[in-house]
Amino acid sequence: MRTIETDVLVIGGGATGTGCARDLAMRGMRTILVEKGDLTHGTTGRYHGLLHSGGRYVTKDPQSATECARENVVLRKIMPHCLEDTSGFFVTTPWDDPAYGDVFVKNCRLTGVPVQEISVQAMLRREPVLNPRISRVFEVMDGSADSFLATRSTALSAEEYGAQIWTYHHVVDLVREGDRVTGAVVEDLRNGERIGILCACVLNAAGAWAGKIASMAGVTVTVLPGKGTMVAMNHRMLNTVVNRCKLPDDGDIIVPIHTVAVIGTTDVHVPDPDVYGIEPDEIQFMLAEGDKLIPGFSQYRALRAWAGVRPLYKDRDVANDRDIPRTFKLLDHAERDGVEGMLSIVGGKWTTYRLMAEESVDALAKRLGNTRPCRTAEEPLPLPPTEHQTTFRPPVRTTGPGASVAAEVEALQHAPLYWLGKHLAEVEREQSFADLICECEMASRSRVLAAIDAGAKNLDDIRRDVRMGMGPCQGGWCIYRTTALLFERRGQDGLSQANSNDALLHFLQARWKGLVPVLWGDQLRQARLDELIYVGVLGADRLRPIAEQGGGLVTDNPAVATEYVKA
Amino acid sequence: MDHIELSLTQSLDHCIKCNICTSACPVAAVTDAFPGPKYVGPQAQRFRHEGQPVPDASVDYCSGCRVCNQVCPTGVKIAELNARARAQIVAERGLPLRNWLVARAGLVGRMSCGPHAPLLNFGLRLSPARWAVEKVIGIHRKAPLPASSTYTFRAWFRKHRAPATARRQVAFFHGCATNFYEPHVGKAAIAVLEHNGFEVLLPKQQCCGLPLISNGDFKAATSAHEANVQALVSYARQGIPIVGTSTSCTLTLKEEAPEILALHSEDVQAVAAGTYDIFEFLRSLAERGELKTDFRPIERHLPYHQPCQYRAHRLGSPAMDVLSLIPGLVLEESHAECCGIAGTYGLKKEKYQIGMDVGAKLFDMVKRSGSDLALCDSETCRWQITHATGVTSKHPIEILAEAYGLEL
Ligand SMILES: Cc1cc2nc3c(=O)[nH]c(=O)nc-3n(C[C@H](O)[C@H](O)[C@H](O)COP(=O)(O)OP(=O)(O)OC[C@H]3O[C@@H](n4cnc5c(N)ncnc54)[C@H](O)[C@@H]3O)c2cc1C
Ligand code: SF4
Ligand code: SF4
Repeated sequence: MRTIETDVLVIGGGATGTGCARDLAMRGMRTILVEKGDLTHGTTGRYHGLLHSGGRYVTKDPQSATECARENVVLRKIMPHCLEDTSGFFVTTPWDDPAYGDVFVKNCRLTGVPVQEISVQAMLRREPVLNPRISRVFEVMDGSADSFLATRSTALSAEEYGAQIWTYHHVVDLVREGDRVTGAVVEDLRNGERIGILCACVLNAAGAWAGKIASMAGVTVTVLPGKGTMVAMNHRMLNTVVNRCKLPDDGDIIVPIHTVAVIGTTDVHVPDPDVYGIEPDEIQFMLAEGDKLIPGFSQYRALRAWAGVRPLYKDRDVANDRDIPRTFKLLDHAERDGVEGMLSIVGGKWTTYRLMAEESVDALAKRLGNTRPCRTAEEPLPLPPTEHQTTFRPPVRTTGPGASVAAEVEALQHAPLYWLGKHLAEVEREQSFADLICECEMASRSRVLAAIDAGAKNLDDIRRDVRMGMGPCQGGWCIYRTTALLFERRGQDGLSQANSNDALLHFLQARWKGLVPVLWGDQLRQARLDELIYVGVLGADRLRPIAEQGGGLVTDNPAVATEYVKA
Repeated sequence: MDHIELSLTQSLDHCIKCNICTSACPVAAVTDAFPGPKYVGPQAQRFRHEGQPVPDASVDYCSGCRVCNQVCPTGVKIAELNARARAQIVAERGLPLRNWLVARAGLVGRMSCGPHAPLLNFGLRLSPARWAVEKVIGIHRKAPLPASSTYTFRAWFRKHRAPATARRQVAFFHGCATNFYEPHVGKAAIAVLEHNGFEVLLPKQQCCGLPLISNGDFKAATSAHEANVQALVSYARQGIPIVGTSTSCTLTLKEEAPEILALHSEDVQAVAAGTYDIFEFLRSLAERGELKTDFRPIERHLPYHQPCQYRAHRLGSPAMDVLSLIPGLVLEESHAECCGIAGTYGLKKEKYQIGMDVGAKLFDMVKRSGSDLALCDSETCRWQITHATGVTSKHPIEILAEAYGLEL
């Protein structure tokens, strides 16, 4: 077994782990990050897409609210290309306690969450589809955020500072010598090779899997995986995030992100973060809740459903699961369990990932005698090669609680903020409309090739980079095109036809999972056409015998398979 | 939002990306500048939102012929989505002078129509003048511009003496072309209607607004339609049919203006329900046995092109049906999607050649027929056919008047 030495081993390539790797590398510590799947394979890649204003937590979890409010501003400055300044409404519908509005505003003030009440007429002028029976509207600084892009950009920065990012490397064991964790054994899922990593410290950022990792070192960390299901609708019928003005509950937010509007979420405890199902009644419930915010919401075309698992950390002294705070917790296992050489960072939100990384790395640096300050809040993130080098700057918000921050961010003259029309505008500018691989999401050949060249290990990785296959047809037209490009590009490196076939089948199966829960109406019709394309025309149902894993792709490893089962 | 509006705005959700529209679109077939209906319609629509900057420009190459709507298996209102997208572009980036001008056929007609028309027409036939017009305004030097008439249809009608034998009334919507360029089409229509026992009333009217819609000037189009509705609604309410010879004007009153401009008042609906294309109206008379059939035989074999705007009425082929009653007359249908002019589209410098290429199939068919006369219901299509083939073209109502032996 090959062995490698480093200062810090970060486990988990979600927002938190990647943020930690960047911070570590920027402070000059030798860092290796291992992730069993692609970056964002875990919860980060299956979340709701909301850049929290903090409004959601002002009453139940004030500390989280304050953290979100602060990080919201920081992220706007360091990753504008990943964020859309949608703004957000908290609205009192006829189903909500009208008294909560005043409580909400008071608590926003207490927690430092900027808020401003606007009239219902003003709300309807901006978002005519919203329920006219809404009685009060509070505007906050919500936004939407592309976590794939943000994590990619963070990883790119980490690499520029010297960190190594190893995706498709599965931690199979931690090495413990006496009271000290000294390293880990990881398996390269592309070829089964095992590698030993010796390090001064392990940083466990495995989200909902943090308990599993800790147990490898004989330490008990209780992370209760809380599954949340979301449904994406086929187009954005609104441009502003809308939340119900009440205590957080199921199906109470609609987030416009990229080309879709996503309603979510549910919250159901599941025994294992890799095994969960999406239930018909969850979907039905959320669509019905959506109707309260947007009359007729359930009649719009549903595109797809998916679920992610919340990494809820249960402290030893918490008796009732409901009282688990949503804020994050840094566990120093030397103090907590008498085991040196390992920290775990658990809980939290995507929005607070950078702060979580900062606190973790502060503690780690102290331990390793590094005194360099954290600079992740000031230095903007680089753009990955799959991004257009766009110059168009969407108009800067001039009203509402986000206006002053918007002006401040604009003055920095970093990359422009994301806006809905961005990819269409770029395709029009390049006149590349005849060269679209994924037509629904406007992913051109050059961007798909950039994703392949950047090291994508299957079609799902390419999807995360350029949104290929995420639109209305769910891959009907782009899966076979992308497979062909992958084969053309990687053929010389030993990728065979059989490997490419396997990649195609793998991705078709992955798309199908998210379609099953919403198979009615237009999406059913779409699935029928897709079936005709893949089964009727291309004979994909007879491909299995001539499909084979390999060629540097990871298509079917149990370590990264998320099982959707009927619970 | 009412259901008509929702059926438009939400229709993008029905797209299953099948590409049928793209393979049928006559514009996408001849130019790479136009990515096709699927792309500019339901696909691009997911990237657009009112209140956000306009991301695209290529949708402006849609001619509005509505072929895509007819072939889409899931009922996406592609052409309407495109028209609205163009209007957003105009609202954000402004309307070029050229488009402002060609969208105002009525205004231009009013200025050029009259005793000075021959001089003006002569001037516009000179190539240096057309060259200048192309350079300064952007109207292609070869594009078929109609010749202005020395008198307006309305002026003629004022002096016209109706027969006293009328039993029923119709209201006539002549449109700009008949009024300023082709009064003879209106005269033929009046003659046919009066011959069939109708008193023809002439309501006040403006341009139907279609050129404004297709050039994205929704503000002006809305006021035009509202004025027309105000002038026409009393006829509709009294049950007096509103009949027009321009298929695109009648389509606009019936459907395009209400849908695309989102005008859904009861008055708008009443006018829409009470408006008929002239051959739709005559065919319904024939079906009830109320159409006079005292035709003289016309022993001719003529090419006939049903304009795309007429097919969008979804009525079958009313002109063919009625003309088939004329003994001896044989019409050969063009089966062409579009002549390429699409109202004002083919006049534009950058679109002239696209328009000519779109119409190539039709022009071929007309030329191959060897006939010196072609029939077509829509004025701009007639001008395009004549321009491209040198063959005279007439409105079918003129042949019908001839078959009745009516003096014009
Ligand atoms: C349904 C839902 C909606 C949410 N919506 C929002 C939202 O809108 N806004 C917001 O701010 N937050 C949201 N959150 C919270 C947010 O998504 C998470 O807090 C955040 O993504 C967690 O990131 P992470 O990096 O800590 O964990 P993860 O993203 O889960 O990363 C952990 C990684 O560790 C890897 N890993 C596990 N085991 C191993 C191993 N043995 N070897 C190697 N790697 C391993 C996993 O593959 C995974 O990629 C949502 C959460 C859920 C569940
Ligand atoms: S209206 Fe005509 S030109 Fe426009 S997209 Fe449809 S078929 Fe093509
Ligand atoms: S024909 Fe209709 S369903 Fe097919 S691609 Fe065109 S708009 Fe979509």
